[in-house]
Amino acid sequence: MRVTMRLFAGHRERAGTDRLQLDLPNDSTAHDAFLALAQRYPALGETEPFTTFARNRQVVGPAEPLGDGDEVALLQPVSGG
Amino acid sequence: MIQVTDRPLSIDDCVRAVQSPDCGGIAVFVGTVRDNSEGKATDHLEYEAYTEMAEETIASIAGEASSRWPIAKYAVQHRTGELGIGEISVVVAVSAPHRPEAFDACRYIIDQLKARAPIWKKESGESGEVWVGGPGELG
Repeated sequence: MRVTMRLFAGHRERAGTDRLQLDLPNDSTAHDAFLALAQRYPALGETEPFTTFARNRQVVGPAEPLGDGDEVALLQPVSGG
Repeated sequence: MIQVTDRPLSIDDCVRAVQSPDCGGIAVFVGTVRDNSEGKATDHLEYEAYTEMAEETIASIAGEASSRWPIAKYAVQHRTGELGIGEISVVVAVSAPHRPEAFDACRYIIDQLKARAPIWKKESGESGEVWVGGPGELG
């Protein structure tokens, strides 16, 4: 399956991109997507303890199963306002 | 009205958007860029948002406020991009028949926005550049 990854703030800076397509095996989870990205962009690895996920703009857990065409975002602790 | 935008915010637009003939008051919170953070001087801030999700999250929060208090209308604007000291980063306006619910709902919306909306702040100043609370703090 193919998902669209969205990266912001510290994740975006570490990867050097804010959006990319990622091909994953079927049955992959949000955490699997993170691991695949961290393999491509090793600087993301250290963000793992901070990272949470959104699937199609809803916050989900790392074990959330993904589907073809999903938009998956890496989120760091928020600091707006 | 809910907007996450890279353009300067308008308190007037927010107030106008919530004015209602059956309301006796409008509570407005205006967030501005402070010149220091934990004792260190700040030069400027940069806000970045997951805009689509941030607007949806703020809409959910405002919906919660509407079901919890008898408020009439709300308006929320959040700025993105680089902001200097004193610039407005966020505006929340709430109208209600009476002031207690206007204040309570306004506070609920800004508190929840800060806790839940996918928006990030990078501080640039005396201590370098850091994404507040995030992996940027690793260096």
